[in-house]
Amino acid sequence: MSNRIVELEILRYNPETDEEPKFQTFSVPCAEDWVVLDAINYIKDELDRTLSYRWSCHMAVCGSCGMMINGEPMLSCKSFLRDLPDRIRVEPLTNFPIERDLVVVMDDFMDKLDSVKPFLIPREEKTVDEGEFLQTPAQLSKFKQYTLCINCTLCYAACPQYAHNEGFVGPAALALAHRYNLDSRDVGRSARADVVASNAGIWECSFVGACSEVCPHGVDPAAAIQQTKIASSVDYFRDMLIPGRRS
Amino acid sequence: MNIIKTDVLIIGAGGAGLRAAIAIAELDPSIQVALISKVYPMRSHTVAAEGGAAGVAREDDSFENHFNDTVTGGDWMSDQDAVEFFVHEAPKELTQMEHWGCPWSRKPDGHIAVRPFGGMKVERTWYAADKTGFHMLHTLFQTSLKFPSIQRFDEYYSTDLIVVDGCCRGATAIEMRSGQMHTFSARAVIIATGGAGRIFPFTTNGAIKTGDGMAMAYRAGVALKDMEFIQYHPTGLPGTGILITEGSRGEGGLLVNKDGYRYLQDYDLGPPDPSPRNKAMELGPRDRLSQAFWHEQKKGRTIKTPHGDVVHLDLRHLGEKKINERLPMVRELATAYVGVDPVYEPIPVRPVIHYTMGGIDTDINAATSIDGLFAAGECACVSINGANRLGSNSLTEILVFGARAGQSAVQILAADSPQVDEAAIHEQANAAKARIADLFLASGGGETVSGLRREMNDTMESGAGIYRTDASLRESSAVIKDIRRRFADIELQDKSNVYNTDLIQVLELGAMIDVAQALIISALERKESRGSHQRLDFTERDDKSYLRHSLASFVKGGDPEISYRDVTITRSQPGERVYGGGEQK
Ligand SMILES: Cc1cc2nc3c(=O)[nH]c(=O)nc-3n(C[C@H](O)[C@H](O)[C@H](O)COP(=O)(O)OP(=O)(O)OC[C@H]3O[C@@H](n4cnc5c(N)ncnc54)[C@H](O)[C@@H]3O)c2cc1C
Ligand code: FES
Repeated sequence: MSNRIVELEILRYNPETDEEPKFQTFSVPCAEDWVVLDAINYIKDELDRTLSYRWSCHMAVCGSCGMMINGEPMLSCKSFLRDLPDRIRVEPLTNFPIERDLVVVMDDFMDKLDSVKPFLIPREEKTVDEGEFLQTPAQLSKFKQYTLCINCTLCYAACPQYAHNEGFVGPAALALAHRYNLDSRDVGRSARADVVASNAGIWECSFVGACSEVCPHGVDPAAAIQQTKIASSVDYFRDMLIPGRRS
Repeated sequence: MNIIKTDVLIIGAGGAGLRAAIAIAELDPSIQVALISKVYPMRSHTVAAEGGAAGVAREDDSFENHFNDTVTGGDWMSDQDAVEFFVHEAPKELTQMEHWGCPWSRKPDGHIAVRPFGGMKVERTWYAADKTGFHMLHTLFQTSLKFPSIQRFDEYYSTDLIVVDGCCRGATAIEMRSGQMHTFSARAVIIATGGAGRIFPFTTNGAIKTGDGMAMAYRAGVALKDMEFIQYHPTGLPGTGILITEGSRGEGGLLVNKDGYRYLQDYDLGPPDPSPRNKAMELGPRDRLSQAFWHEQKKGRTIKTPHGDVVHLDLRHLGEKKINERLPMVRELATAYVGVDPVYEPIPVRPVIHYTMGGIDTDINAATSIDGLFAAGECACVSINGANRLGSNSLTEILVFGARAGQSAVQILAADSPQVDEAAIHEQANAAKARIADLFLASGGGETVSGLRREMNDTMESGAGIYRTDASLRESSAVIKDIRRRFADIELQDKSNVYNTDLIQVLELGAMIDVAQALIISALERKESRGSHQRLDFTERDDKSYLRHSLASFVKGGDPEISYRDVTITRSQPGERVYGGGEQK
């Protein structure tokens, strides 16, 4: 272990005893190759067993460990101390109610994910014995990027629209809807449009692009939303110009 | 206490639990399913699986090949009727995943692509780049949202099974958000809680893989089967234990020691073809590769690092394009966590605890010895994996046996009378609650979870690692007994209700101690070397005495009782496991 001591200022809140959240500072002796999560685990194991936070995989894939680190939404298991100063402020993800310490309430996000019908609505029915649906690598690559979302909700913490209007469906859910809409096997676009193309959906997005900047897997929800807007406009005009198309 | 009534209770919402839930919902939407998980479903550790899922796909492959590879790979400890069933169901389940939208990697003509994997004779590993488990888990989770009969209870930590008159009738669980204990009353229960790699210090397993479900079943009277077989994966990143998938060797990655020499050729795995043929060299089985590392280390031919000795996994010759296309996650992980870009430098790797072959004793129907109780996935031992799981068989196993568990549960509902003895359920739920309340009251003992957990981890590694002896196992057994005794002196620092992870970690440690003890005693009693269980004092496989599953039964306050059951052999008689050039002869 190196001699580096890092001061972690962690926002603490226990709804059973605290009126409001407040910072508590811990001094942690850190190894060079540690991530912020390692330092937090050190606190939990050695200094204060009451600290609450979520984590599991420690490899940036389960999506549990999102936190505000020096004001930026990040995965704490992928935030290397070598890239950070000696004083680090750690807070729960903004735009979410705090459940306790660094744990936020996920209900709204889970509902939104559900609302966009994020499952394949197949073009044709086929039994398993009839084999797979064909899909070329080119067709796959159209939507592949949008399958990579780990539901870490960093994009909701970064999104200025979601901050103002919690009704906004939000980046990850809209990107996921787009993922299915683009899938050559799927015909669910109109079924998803109720939510996706509603006032709380894509049109709410003002294209700041903060979501894409903080995404740890390069999903680019902003692009998904932009593309959906274009596709929805096309739908809209087509419906207008071809009377009786949508009855 | 709050009672939540349901038809089928599923504990665990990883790949196996979700697959079971969907199977039930599809069979009969009027059946209520309660799906509980200590983390949100998409956080389950299935998410971390990288390489792929095995199922016969090619014209030049056959069920028989997959069967033979699995049985040989498992050093003949697999139950062959179960393997037979498994290999036949595998392609169907993987195709079903495709129909649900899983973004499998494809061939130019649009058909599913398959890649080679260790110990597999023909390419049959379906993959979604190198994020296969991630895509499978999200596909299953998202598909499960279609079914209104599946009611989820996210972030509920299950503590105890409720067994009335030999019949499983539900379980208790703590709602983490409120700290409230709930009783789930059900007519069938499926455990799908995953593996227990966290009993060891250096593992690819996430923090949640603490063997809770194994311990719950074990305490309720179901035996844990073949616990001595735990898999070391040969290629983990030093320090973190993050896995570098076997898919990287499937794509042509090479393992070299400190002299740049492909050492596997010295361990009956040659010849060292420039690009290894299937089942040879880098594509040998995991037990043999991890053992080869151990010997290289003894010979001083490994590379020293601050995080222990390593060898090098070299992918450079694959080129940037192929690495980006097939192994993007490997590149991301190696670059982020060890500062090595595999396009330009070899990746340091060492063996790392990865997979629990043993588990809750189940039969081919996923049924346990308690009526109404089923188990599937890594927590269960059917056993198809025997003494050494072949890579990419377990992602398929969670589908095949997850679905099977769901079907079995539906079947018993039809036969079972909905009458339940509510008073008895209450009584057991209250006992479970009292056990938790006692933890809150205990004070002055001075032991901490983190301290005891570290001691447990250390003794598992030193005594029950890649190579074991009578003395090492006895030593670990004594340490675990001591830890068990001191566990009673753990004092909760956190006495609050909301999201109390101090409490959850204590309960997890309790489960791990049970599982660790079952592992050690099973290993101590198995006086032979087979697959992943290698004894320096009994170096040969001994079919006469040990072609049998070990069954560890819980004994309160003492060592588990070990009994044995014959392995089911249908058509493959135990033979020599030959890899490398020998196979082709
Ligand atoms: C890094 C890594 C890579 C892998 N790669 C591959 C691969 O390429 N191919 C392959 O075939 N296999 C692979 N494996 C193995 C495979 O991924 C696992 O065996 C499999 O995913 C286990 O699935 P499961 O559904 O049984 O358990 P998990 O996915 O671990 O799910 C367990 C569930 O149980 C819940 N749970 C646990 N305890 C409790 C409790 N007390 N109360 C409530 N809920 C609880 C958890 O919340 C979770 O939802 C890999 C494993 C790892 C670790
Ligand atoms: S712990 Fe899984 S994403 Fe960080």
